[in-house]
Amino acid sequence: MALGATFAGVIRRELRLALRQGSDSIMVVTFFVLTVVLFPFGIGPEVNILERVSAGILWVTALLASMLSLDRLFQTDYDDGSLELLTLTPTAMEIVVVAKIAAHWLTTGLPLIVAAPLLAVLLHMDGAGFVTLLLAMLLGTPSLSLIGSIGAALVLGARRGGVLLSLLILPLYIPVLIFGVGAVDAAIHGFSPDAHLMVLGALLLVALPLCPWAASAAVRQAIE
Amino acid sequence: MRNGTLTSSFAGTSLTCVRGERVVFTGLDFSLNAGDALILLGPNGSGKSSLLRLMAGLIRPAAGELSWNGEAVAADRERHAGRIHYVGHHDAIKPVLTVIENLAFWARLHGAESDDKTDAALERLGLDHLAGTPGKLLSAGQKRRLNLARLLAAPAPLWLLDEPSVALDRASVRVLEEIIAEHRAGGGMVAVSTHADIDLPGGRELQMADYAVTATWNAELGTWL
Amino acid sequence: MHRFANPARFLRLAAVVMPWTAGATVLLIAAGLFFGLVASPADYQQGDTVRIMYVHVPSAWMGLFVYTTMAVASATALIWKHPLADLVAKSAAPIGAGFTLVCLVTGALWGKPMWGTWWAWDARLTSMLILFFLYLGHMALVDAFDDPTRGARAAAILALAGFVNVPIIKFSVDWWNTLHQPASVVKMGGPAIDPSMLAPLLLMGVGFTTFFVTVLFLRVRAEILAAKIRAIRLTQVRGQGVG
Repeated sequence: MALGATFAGVIRRELRLALRQGSDSIMVVTFFVLTVVLFPFGIGPEVNILERVSAGILWVTALLASMLSLDRLFQTDYDDGSLELLTLTPTAMEIVVVAKIAAHWLTTGLPLIVAAPLLAVLLHMDGAGFVTLLLAMLLGTPSLSLIGSIGAALVLGARRGGVLLSLLILPLYIPVLIFGVGAVDAAIHGFSPDAHLMVLGALLLVALPLCPWAASAAVRQAIE
Repeated sequence: MRNGTLTSSFAGTSLTCVRGERVVFTGLDFSLNAGDALILLGPNGSGKSSLLRLMAGLIRPAAGELSWNGEAVAADRERHAGRIHYVGHHDAIKPVLTVIENLAFWARLHGAESDDKTDAALERLGLDHLAGTPGKLLSAGQKRRLNLARLLAAPAPLWLLDEPSVALDRASVRVLEEIIAEHRAGGGMVAVSTHADIDLPGGRELQMADYAVTATWNAELGTWL
Repeated sequence: MHRFANPARFLRLAAVVMPWTAGATVLLIAAGLFFGLVASPADYQQGDTVRIMYVHVPSAWMGLFVYTTMAVASATALIWKHPLADLVAKSAAPIGAGFTLVCLVTGALWGKPMWGTWWAWDARLTSMLILFFLYLGHMALVDAFDDPTRGARAAAILALAGFVNVPIIKFSVDWWNTLHQPASVVKMGGPAIDPSMLAPLLLMGVGFTTFFVTVLFLRVRAEILAAKIRAIRLTQVRGQGVG
């Protein structure tokens, strides 16, 4: 009972904060859109080239956008003293962390998924890849939030946390990137993307219990 | 509740606290019984805050043990968290949430079922007229009072207050003294670090300086202790 | 209990062990180089370039071995709070990063005659490159805090998270590689190895290991001495502050 109440309470608070501060989700999506739009300027507007690299561009950019939004996962709570009170809840700290990660995904991962098909159109992605792109992002972006939570907790109180976070997290994002792009490319070329999607699902299942646990340990040592 | 508040006791034996590579205090003993108040005294850096954080479970002692009714606290940190209220240096107030939202969140997290206690807590600390005001508009004193309102919004037998009177005016300090007195009369316990501007009748004083570590070269271990 | 509970014992152990491992390193690597460069045949396909293998492959082994050492040390530090384990993890990271870098550089040198390019996105090389980034992240995190104990604890959690990820990354990169590379590309170390090649390879591998142990002892000793100096400084500061 108390677990559910804590989980719901933390999610409600996080969503309310995101909604009132407003700009956070919009900034993440804006970054996503703007960065994707840079690519045609960088590699030329030829349809066949853009089509070929569209899945990769969308995933790499989504990865970066997700990572850039991580600093608000724990940092503001750490600065204003909320985080130490959150660790002093009568329910397991992991529940609080899972709730925060879930809220983070709802406010950053989900908007990315909504924006992705529009950007896929801009990049001339083959129509066969659209559904798979959405499925792959639905399975992959929660893993990004989960893995990222470890990094976000580890850099609390560190000097130059932002740059450090990218160094810690981006290598760990590579498996999600590989299978996310793989799924879309397979669908575009007429193969079944199931194997890739299943691996993405497996990655999520592994990350779901392990990452909140590691992130909780990292938060505890950060406030100690 | 398995342990009635009236019978509870909280004690620490031969506690050592290490912050970074520095031993802050060592061999510290204390005990609190129902209705007791412990006043931590000492200059900055003597470990008052560290001791309170250690009591809260935010820091693990490098040596020694904390016990609640004779049971080791470290065995179940969630259960211990349910028994305490910790007020630290930061007020943990979200600027975009209203006063009542800020308070209700922490009260719910501490198991409060309904909001009537939060309303009463706000009234007691003179914040009821600000209930719908966003946190960013509060003055430092109002923020501190909102933080202290957590003490009343959800019950907990042990209060750990780190310099609670900072930013409070005389009248608010009086209210705080009354609240603490009522808490103790009801069998609650409190540990306070203060520069002696809070009046706690019958409170025991703990001089942190008594447990400070004087560095000596330990040839056996090859290090300064 | 205390952070430097038994550095004295470690320092005594280091004084005994280091001369032996240092000596063994010199002998093993000298022998390995002799058999590798002089006494072993050139490859019938690759000619003398195959001799890069005697540095490249043991470096790759060491890159993985040192990361494993770090993960074990980090787990020890987190679970048993052993004061030396943090120092071992911290000291091992730059050595492991060095081995990984050597592996990447020799890989590039080997790749030029083999593939006609300095860098090919070969599965093994790519995995090593990511391992190198993991090392860099660990080293950066250790140094990112004013309080060295904070850095050590954060880095311990990172090392374990990274260690869990290494096989996942390896699997992902292999999968990715088979999708994008035609199977005709020659895999490094792929063909069966002649015994005359295996001997120098193993000699070098063991020599690299004793080298690692020697340097690790050196670095941990330096860390202990640095901590002592910090402790002395701290007591001086405190002497003025609290009295």
